[in-house]
Amino acid sequence: MSDAHHDHKPTGIGRWLFSTNHKDIGTMYLWFSLTMLFVGGTMALIIRAELFQPGLQIVEPEFFNQMTTLHGLIMVFGVIMPAFVGLANWQVPMMIGAPDMALPRMNNWSFWLLPTAFSMLVASLIMSIMGMGSAPNFGWTFYAPLSTTFAPASTDYFIFSVHLLGISSVMGALNIIATIMNMRAPGMTYMKMPIFVWTWFITAYLLIAVMPVLAAAVTMMLTDRNFGTSFFSAAGGGDPLLFQHVFWFFGHPEVYIMILPAFGVVSQIIPTFARKKLFGYTSMVYATASIAFLSFIVWAHHMVTTGMPVAAELFFMYATMLIAIPTGVKVFNWVSTMWRGSLTFETPMLFAIAFVVLFTIGGFTGLMLAIAPADFQYQDTYFVVAHFHYVLVTGSLFTIMAAVYYWIPKWTGNMYDEKLGKVHFWLTCISANVLFFPMHFVGLAGMPRRIPDYSIQFTEFNQMASIGAFVFGFSQLLFLYIVIKAIKGGNKATTEVWEGAEGLEFTLPSPAPFHSFTTPPQVK
Amino acid sequence: MTTSNQGNYFIPEPSKWPIVGSIALLTTVIGAVTSMHANAGEPPSMLLWVGFLMIAYLFFGWFGTVINESMNGKYNAQVDHTFRLSMMWFIFSEVMFFAGFFGALFYARQISVPFLGGAANNAMTAELLWPAFDAVWPLLSNPDNSIFTAPKEAMGPGGLPAINTAILLASSVTLTWAHHALRGGNRKNLMIGMFLTVILGVAFLFLQAEEYMHAYSELGLTLGSGIYGSTFFLLTGFHGFHVTMGATMLIVITIRCMKGHFAPDNHFGFEAVAWYWHFVDVVWLGLFIFVYWL
Repeated sequence: MSDAHHDHKPTGIGRWLFSTNHKDIGTMYLWFSLTMLFVGGTMALIIRAELFQPGLQIVEPEFFNQMTTLHGLIMVFGVIMPAFVGLANWQVPMMIGAPDMALPRMNNWSFWLLPTAFSMLVASLIMSIMGMGSAPNFGWTFYAPLSTTFAPASTDYFIFSVHLLGISSVMGALNIIATIMNMRAPGMTYMKMPIFVWTWFITAYLLIAVMPVLAAAVTMMLTDRNFGTSFFSAAGGGDPLLFQHVFWFFGHPEVYIMILPAFGVVSQIIPTFARKKLFGYTSMVYATASIAFLSFIVWAHHMVTTGMPVAAELFFMYATMLIAIPTGVKVFNWVSTMWRGSLTFETPMLFAIAFVVLFTIGGFTGLMLAIAPADFQYQDTYFVVAHFHYVLVTGSLFTIMAAVYYWIPKWTGNMYDEKLGKVHFWLTCISANVLFFPMHFVGLAGMPRRIPDYSIQFTEFNQMASIGAFVFGFSQLLFLYIVIKAIKGGNKATTEVWEGAEGLEFTLPSPAPFHSFTTPPQVK
Repeated sequence: MTTSNQGNYFIPEPSKWPIVGSIALLTTVIGAVTSMHANAGEPPSMLLWVGFLMIAYLFFGWFGTVINESMNGKYNAQVDHTFRLSMMWFIFSEVMFFAGFFGALFYARQISVPFLGGAANNAMTAELLWPAFDAVWPLLSNPDNSIFTAPKEAMGPGGLPAINTAILLASSVTLTWAHHALRGGNRKNLMIGMFLTVILGVAFLFLQAEEYMHAYSELGLTLGSGIYGSTFFLLTGFHGFHVTMGATMLIVITIRCMKGHFAPDNHFGFEAVAWYWHFVDVVWLGLFIFVYWL
């Protein structure tokens, strides 16, 4: 039986290439994500360097377009999503008392399709730098006809890399669903699951519902480009707006795919460092499910200025504003969890608290954007850029870092350097606000997004943002150093790691054994 | 349900198949793009065929491994349940893939075509941009007929499509009959049912090819004939592709039935294919109603 091999770890490169182990696969996901963070981050710095002054300084406008496009695609599909899948791989089996993921081989395939897909995207950029054609240059939302009639030849590679990413995400989500439904320890009923597991469970359903729709959208792009169909061409009875509808039917749930696991992480961390149970566990579960449901009926709020009938604008506006209710429930639950707790402020907690405050700012600007008449002013300005960077950087990315600090002692057996962690937090938190907060002002004043030049009255705020960007970017090298230092050594972590930590993963020794629970624990 | 045989869950040894699969897909898509970018008249890139061969190797190898493990009794009830859950939700994701194309069809019929014809508040758009356009579905004239040549005639529901509907429905019946025979241990009826199902599946594909030739040569209905042709061929084409996969799977389990792989109480491989076949059947009913009939 396979049990005989349980503690025998494969060695060499084969350990990673052929892995069937949830921890090794999770590690690969997380390293892939961190690598892509530096790749996508470099692109962001090129954008911010160009925008330091008005006028064209450093790059050609054509290259600037490729930078905004690839920066967005890499950060969404190459950083945030893989990081959360990596966290799910490490944590879900440990948190539900399972030996591994339900389908370990498919798990590895989900991972290896990511570098496969991104190799094509990055190759098109390298060829563009070498002067052979252009990389995708139509923005990360790839609206038709920019991405069909007017797009470079590399778009067809981009389309197939989106297909591969979709296959990867659907297989990953199926695996998570099967693991959570089928591999829970005896006694762990659904309403006893840790909230991180709950949020991932719901996220997995979002993934299997919308990634195939994205596949359909890029397939229509492909046939419009190569086989003469007219889905997105009015001359044949189609409509470029059809692309936006299909894209945002995927795209809006997609933004919740990137934030629901973040909610889960914060809901694990805050109770630990407040030394209290999570306030309103049940309402957290229902709020997550409500947000997931609402995400399917709000997509056209991204298209307010496209000339939809007024009835549709009103429907999508009200449906969007409804999302504030379950999200508010969550924010109040986090605050109530901290209320009268015995708080300590280790690095994960600092990131979690920063998340609550800064994500709420991003939520409020989201509400402003939801108001259809006001959105006519905000559409396609830097205000939108400020909004989604508050929810994706100070929201999702901050919680990914919080999660790494929170669980890395369990993964490596060593505590990270707390002093350096705090330095990293303060550098990151302050520079992120210097970077993104001024974008609200230039956006409200009318500065358009995705343009390499701007009017001179926007100069000061853009310079602030650029300075913030470089501090933010280089601070992440410190994060890399802290992670490597924790892997190499440091104070030994206890089994419980944190004084107030609860959950099955904190009953396993640190570092956790190669196969998590060979005998399932009994949950009371 | 979650407590049966806990602690014996099968964790496979390290496997090369995921890497083989990634390389196979990369080769295939690079071959596909190279073929699409080739000049007119050039044959498809060799890489495409190499990619297809690698995918075939992947399926033989990976599923072969799984079948061996299954035959050697490595899968307990909990593993079986994992397979059921993942197959079920995989089919759901396929439903959503088709939903994307059905969405495009409904959008074209309810919104983009009427709007181009002047509906809602688009009277002046129609008058100034496409005065000659007649917004009637199925489109026998396009807004700009110099770019997209409209078909001479639409594909009606009678004839081949109706026969194909009957064929697919019948194949679902024969498959269910075969399943009952398998559960009752009646090998003869099982084999008859499987052969009939495979024959019906292949017949469907044959007639579908026949219908495409009719569309191209006589009706002038092509991929390039505007939104009607676009939705018609992508919906029926992806359905046909799924029928091809389903028929291949049916052939595989028919061979496995011949080899006696399935027990009356343990035959998930058979059931998974049956679920998939019924799914393909249901999609066809949607197509028949909304693409051919209404």
